[in-house]
Amino acid sequence: MADRLSKSSSRVLKNVVKGNEYRKEALISYAVLVVGYILLQIGAATGFIGHNLQGQFVPICVYVSLAISLNLVVGISGELSLGHAGFMAVGAFTGVVVTRVLEQNIAFAPARLIIALLIAALTAAAAGFIIGIPILGLRGDYLAIVTLAFGEIVRNFMNVLYFGLDEKGHLKFAFNHTIDGIDNSQRIITGAIGATGVTKHATFTSAAILTAFTLFVVLNLKNSKQGRAIMSIRDNRIAGESIGLDVKKYKLMAFVISASLAGMAGCMFGQNYSTLAPVKFNFNTSVLILVFVVLGGIGNIWGGMIAAALLTVLPEALRQFADYRMLTYAIVLILVMIGTYNPAIKARISNIADKIRPKKKKDKDKEKTGKEAA
Amino acid sequence: MNFLTNLISGLSLGSVYAIIALGYTMVYGISKMLNFAHGDVIMIGGYISFILTMYVGMNGWVALFIAMAVCTLLGILIERLAYRPLRGTGSLAVLITAIGVSYFLQNSALLIWGANPRVFPSLFEGFDTIHAAGGKLTIAPVSLFTILANIIIMIVLTLFVSKTKAGKAMRAVSEDNGAAQLMGINVNQSISLTFAIGSGLAAIAGVLMCSAYPVLMPTTGAMPGIKAFTAAVFGGIGSIPGAMIGGLILGIIEIFSRAYISTELSDAIVFACLIIVLLVKPTGLLGKKVSEKV
Amino acid sequence: MKKATRFRVVSYLMICGLRSKGGINMKFRKLVGLLAVLAMVTALMAGCGGSGSSGSGDAEGGENVLHLGGIGPLTGPAALYGVAVNNGAQLAVDEINAANPDGVQLEWDMQDDEHDAEKSVNAYNKLMDDGMQVLIGTVTSAPCTAVAAEAFENRTFVLTPSASAAAVVEGNDNVYQLCFQDPQQGQIAADYIAENYPDAVVGAIYNNADNYSSGIYDAFKAEFEAKGKKVVATEAFADDANADFSAQLNSMKKHNVDFIFLPIYYTPASNIMKQASDMGYTPKYFGCDGLDGILALEGFDTALAEGSLLLTPFSADAEDDATKAFVEAYQEAYGEKPIQFAADAYDCVYAVYEAFGKTGLGTDASMEEICEALVEQFNGGFSVTGLTASGEMKWEASGIVDKAPKIYLIQDGKYVEQ
Repeated sequence: MADRLSKSSSRVLKNVVKGNEYRKEALISYAVLVVGYILLQIGAATGFIGHNLQGQFVPICVYVSLAISLNLVVGISGELSLGHAGFMAVGAFTGVVVTRVLEQNIAFAPARLIIALLIAALTAAAAGFIIGIPILGLRGDYLAIVTLAFGEIVRNFMNVLYFGLDEKGHLKFAFNHTIDGIDNSQRIITGAIGATGVTKHATFTSAAILTAFTLFVVLNLKNSKQGRAIMSIRDNRIAGESIGLDVKKYKLMAFVISASLAGMAGCMFGQNYSTLAPVKFNFNTSVLILVFVVLGGIGNIWGGMIAAALLTVLPEALRQFADYRMLTYAIVLILVMIGTYNPAIKARISNIADKIRPKKKKDKDKEKTGKEAA
Repeated sequence: MNFLTNLISGLSLGSVYAIIALGYTMVYGISKMLNFAHGDVIMIGGYISFILTMYVGMNGWVALFIAMAVCTLLGILIERLAYRPLRGTGSLAVLITAIGVSYFLQNSALLIWGANPRVFPSLFEGFDTIHAAGGKLTIAPVSLFTILANIIIMIVLTLFVSKTKAGKAMRAVSEDNGAAQLMGINVNQSISLTFAIGSGLAAIAGVLMCSAYPVLMPTTGAMPGIKAFTAAVFGGIGSIPGAMIGGLILGIIEIFSRAYISTELSDAIVFACLIIVLLVKPTGLLGKKVSEKV
Repeated sequence: MKKATRFRVVSYLMICGLRSKGGINMKFRKLVGLLAVLAMVTALMAGCGGSGSSGSGDAEGGENVLHLGGIGPLTGPAALYGVAVNNGAQLAVDEINAANPDGVQLEWDMQDDEHDAEKSVNAYNKLMDDGMQVLIGTVTSAPCTAVAAEAFENRTFVLTPSASAAAVVEGNDNVYQLCFQDPQQGQIAADYIAENYPDAVVGAIYNNADNYSSGIYDAFKAEFEAKGKKVVATEAFADDANADFSAQLNSMKKHNVDFIFLPIYYTPASNIMKQASDMGYTPKYFGCDGLDGILALEGFDTALAEGSLLLTPFSADAEDDATKAFVEAYQEAYGEKPIQFAADAYDCVYAVYEAFGKTGLGTDASMEEICEALVEQFNGGFSVTGLTASGEMKWEASGIVDKAPKIYLIQDGKYVEQ
């Protein structure tokens, strides 16, 4: 045991010096994305994957992106956020409005999508900035409840928000039921009804590119000077302050970047369905994204990615349980959480794993060195 | 008069929040976890009481006590099976498990009792509406009883926590888990007791809430759960008087913002008030300021 | 210089601490193991589901079976509507199959969407995988709008029992509604009230987080004002059926409202009526089809709804033979009185069945062929009688149903047609 410990700690030291740990994480994360993308594409092309799973390609990418971006706040910055769906909503509705306005001027759909994504990122970042400035002084669960409150406020406002185009094609908005000079057909967002008749811009490839972009931003941030500062504040705020790190600035940086990435993911989500209602972005959705992050291992980027993909597919895979579907989902969730986090069960699993392993120990060691070399 | 009517509605709603918030706050105080399944225990309490009065034909008050007993057991069971295995592994893992438990309870209720809503028979059927000030002021008896119940529960609970041995043990555990254990306090027992009390109170809250707002569905507990959780944070999570004050203020803000500002934006206003309070007092109204150790 | 070195040392130490703190590597290896197990389970289940269904789609083609798909909320807060549709449709399918064992047999497969557009599209795709030929659904409006767009692209014929938003059929030539549209209901209600209760002081309480309720309210207000009338007080609430409505009711009382328009579902409505009565406030209520079912609500004191009016195509208390037979069969099968959603679904199955019979197609026809043939029927003056219309119902090419509205008065705990 002591032997193993010293070995692992010496490996940690080595890795830190070489930056291997980062490279390994980046490599695995990108590999998960690329392999996933290729497998799904092949599956779809060969007809092995049916409509049901194909229809979830874009949502899977969106949820994976959301898990990555939330990991920036929860894992890397160490704050609990329960309002991620709020940023998603801001991005989604921004995207719908932007693409509708651009439809008159830009014929090339991908260009509309890219512009919409950028503007969604900006508005969501602005929302993150506005909410982030006052609240990042709060600690722990108090911050969590404020983010929850933020998510609810966004949803509540969406219920009374009306957007429309007038005859000249100018954008108008209001907080009541009628917008002067706009009839029903020109409305873009109609309060609780949300947006209907959205022209879909999202494709699997564009969603996968967005995921790659999110991954790129978060991994690079994590490995930058700023990222290390954010993580050191997470691990010991006072120590961070004592060496002159601007705690608020770094926390805000993580929060705003995470918000803008969530906004982009939300925009992509909104572009995948012909209708978009505010009710989608409720507390449950925020929690769902948090579940991905926690289940994948807090701070572990690719763990969160895999968890997001699997948990998105799981309820669909459970359809054969019919009435017992969501009950089964709940039980699976509880069991997996206990299985992954309970110390005793974890020890037992590793025991079993060790029993299976010894015969192949040599091979495994070889493998390990091989992996590290890669 | 309208003002007074609204005030009473606010106090009554706030009392329901306060009783639910007690469950949140006590559990948080002792095990530092957000028990998101608490709202669904309320719903279970409501259903048990409903079944006993409507199908078994029991007196509403007897049914209330049985519902309390069942919820108490349920609370202990949930803690044993779902939360205890994860104790000491960080609050996030338990939070997610609590959400799993919440889904589990809601979907179990859906399977057992079906999707059709029920109208809950008020516990205070025999009491007449009170008319005052020449008929301008009307008070529903359930409002008075709810406020009264809240006050009694608060007094009993405060006495329990400060005077009895078990209550002191609970406080010790929430103060410092390790030290309490060294002093010979059975930590597991104290935590179980907290869950038992919180869940028993949830049953009371369920019956009171459904007596005032009579719709009973598998998702009945979800929204009040979130609101009460907000109330607990409002007052300073972990503090028993804080839960009461937080609940009452939240109820009053909610009713007043509906009555005088906008029914469409009342939830946004409630949550905005919460944010403002936390900005001024970062640990809630009565929360303890925890100094950070290096 | 000194400061920089110190920073490096401290951050170095901290990063070391971070790396070893979680024992992150070991922990994650196990976690990955568990995730892998989860993945395998998922894959297995998906595999089973996939293979089982693809087999059935082809094999039963020769057995003269028409595959009907249904989508609706079977879990979550809107589950009661989905469950009712599932029950009603199943009843119709069983009847048709039993009545004519040698003819076209129907198969009914309803998938859960939790009242969520995303899940609804997933459910639609699942049904596509399982070889659905006609879609009866989806039950709720927002999910139906999303599914309708998919069905339009894939050419699936859609007849929704209850998704009443205008957006459901807009731009989709193969999507039809069996229920009245929200704006239609709002207009009919406004006209009826303006004509029959000219002196009433009218207020409204609606659910501003709900598609259906906002849709009816907007149309109601517009039409009512066009008639030169005024909605004196309007209050909203957000989705929560179990909320405190005292503020809304106090506002109504303050404005001396004696006639409240309630374009909401019966669950929150029962709560509103109870709280109003607790306050000693007894206005007249006017509801739309969502209010149907309030009398059958278990534990509800029907005296509270006495004198209320509702605009609904179906009532379980109606005296005609078809309704009586349906209610009896439904009660026998499911132990409760049917609500309007169940009747809508029942009518949908019969409408599709009869229209399909007229197309002359066999059950081995593809989904696309059936779609075009059914669209031709529905646009070509196909008509059918049912529980939810007093006469015959027909469809306009836009997908909107053409049937006579019925107004019911609640009297002595029963629905009485006006």
